[in-house]
Amino acid sequence: MSNYDCKNLEAFHGVMVFCEQRDGVVNPTSFELLSEGRKLADDLGEELCGLLLGGDVQSLAKQLGGYGADKVYVCESPLLDPYTTDAYTKVLCDAVQELKPSIVLIGATNIGRDLGPRCAARLHTGLTADVTHLDIDTAKYIEFLNETSTIDTSKGKWDMEDKGLKMTRPAFGGHLMATIICPRFRPQMSTVRPGVMQCAEFDEAKADACEVVPLTVSLTEADIHTKVVDVVREMKETVDLLGAEVIVSVGYGISKNVEKGLALAQELADALGGVVGASRAVTDAGWLPSDRQVGQTGKTVRPRVYVALGISGAIQHKAGMSDSEYIIAVNTNSDAPIFEGADYAIVGDLFDVVPTMVAALKEKK
Amino acid sequence: MKYIVCVKQVPNTSGKVAVKEDGTMDRSKMATIINPDDLNAVEAALALRDRNPDAKVIVVSMGPPPAMGMLHELLAMGADEAVLVSGREFGGSDTFATSQILAGAISHIGLEKDDIVFCGRQAIDGDTAQVGPQIAEKLELPQVSYAADIQQEDGKLIVKRMLEDGYMTIEVETPCLLTCIKELNKPRYMSVRGVLEFDKKPISVFDFETLKDEPLIELDTIGLKGSPTNVYKSFSPPVKGEGVRVEATTDGIRGMVAELCDKHIV
Repeated sequence: MSNYDCKNLEAFHGVMVFCEQRDGVVNPTSFELLSEGRKLADDLGEELCGLLLGGDVQSLAKQLGGYGADKVYVCESPLLDPYTTDAYTKVLCDAVQELKPSIVLIGATNIGRDLGPRCAARLHTGLTADVTHLDIDTAKYIEFLNETSTIDTSKGKWDMEDKGLKMTRPAFGGHLMATIICPRFRPQMSTVRPGVMQCAEFDEAKADACEVVPLTVSLTEADIHTKVVDVVREMKETVDLLGAEVIVSVGYGISKNVEKGLALAQELADALGGVVGASRAVTDAGWLPSDRQVGQTGKTVRPRVYVALGISGAIQHKAGMSDSEYIIAVNTNSDAPIFEGADYAIVGDLFDVVPTMVAALKEKK
Repeated sequence: MKYIVCVKQVPNTSGKVAVKEDGTMDRSKMATIINPDDLNAVEAALALRDRNPDAKVIVVSMGPPPAMGMLHELLAMGADEAVLVSGREFGGSDTFATSQILAGAISHIGLEKDDIVFCGRQAIDGDTAQVGPQIAEKLELPQVSYAADIQQEDGKLIVKRMLEDGYMTIEVETPCLLTCIKELNKPRYMSVRGVLEFDKKPISVFDFETLKDEPLIELDTIGLKGSPTNVYKSFSPPVKGEGVRVEATTDGIRGMVAELCDKHIV
């Protein structure tokens, strides 16, 4: 593209979301990004488009409109299935150079984090990794800071007219938050952490109204320098505590009826879409395998929601879970250390509390 | 034949984190370690070198002068040469700028047909996982990220690339760049002989003067000022105080669940 200039900020408009699909199934993160992208596009008064790449994916395009895309650009080629870094980088970069979006969002999946940096380097622009919050509007950003930081926003000068993308992410293992900007180059790019952005309700009418636009793909085998020999899908036998959004952990409090205690924890985890973890007391007793252990000698987890059932909260346990975003603790002992730092503290017997929680959750959903 | 490994010295974020008043991290008060994923990258290179004795393992790090201590440890582990890329002009670089400088340093060393560049998947201070792929792009190398197994066959590499729900087996020719994860191997320790003899191995420092004419480095997009991304604000999350006490009654619990749903927490 001879007229492409990453420094000519005025030439770039609109928000583009890379919509990842694998085996013809759109990754749910794409819906979250479109929902978030819709808000950003509205703040800018500009268009939101989805970019869909794959072998035979046109039939997946309309549904993306249901989450807010005005248009979906579809790039099809047998060389785009399965994913390769080289093919996807070329097609994504070609699309950006043609369409000149001012913002490009990519899900921070294993594939997104392979593709994003390669594209940003080729497009000569910045990329912010694993973002958890996005703002355009300065007033909204200040509101966000007021809610989530100790910064006194009444001090200091703010450019209320600024329409640059403010990309916030955790740094240093979550000990700090940093807001990153990309002031001199376009597009402003970020990979966005899966599961964080709120997914909009699917809107059938919007899906029908969404315009699907095929893009010409210029790609040859010579562009691809790796060969995918096979793709293996494994359903993991072991529970993935590190990747879990919600963890319901059990402690020694289940000892009076281990079987029932574990079943209740699983029921609550299922209701919350999470997995079951354990304190050391539980894994040492052999009630759950050791790969479920959360704590200093187990796994350090940072889920969105951590529910501690019958866990006293020894330092060794708290070292592994205190960075969880929301902590709900249930314990019969009102002085249990687990209550310090818990967002919701319930002094009660887990055998009574959990069934009520499960029932209330089922009503709500 | 060269195996070039990019390594980073990082603050140990698993311990206590010292934060300055302005919300940035006080690195001077924190212990430093070799970035864990980078140790897996070093081990991968050493293991391959052990099977190809003609090959040399060169460890390259960008950082302030104290990072030299880490390079000494890596030489004691078995690396053959070390390069410290260090200069005031490089300080404050974001991932785009860093990858340009490291790509420039690797080109300065020289990259040939049989060579492989290894990186750790990501560093624990930034957790971006961006520098590896960005170096690959600058050097126009094919990349395989999230490498959990590497086999050498007839001059090709067969790499197991992890996905969230499985893996891909990828064939790639050298030269190429791999980013390594902890499932790949168990890093070896320094050997006694290594510790005694590390200072006999070649150690170079590439400063701004060494690298300023490398074509891969654009002088106006390196360092704090040149980096495409800038920190707009940094802040600590507020310290959690005593949370909400919830009555262990049906109404109390239903109220909590309603609040969790309204706030989109669950």
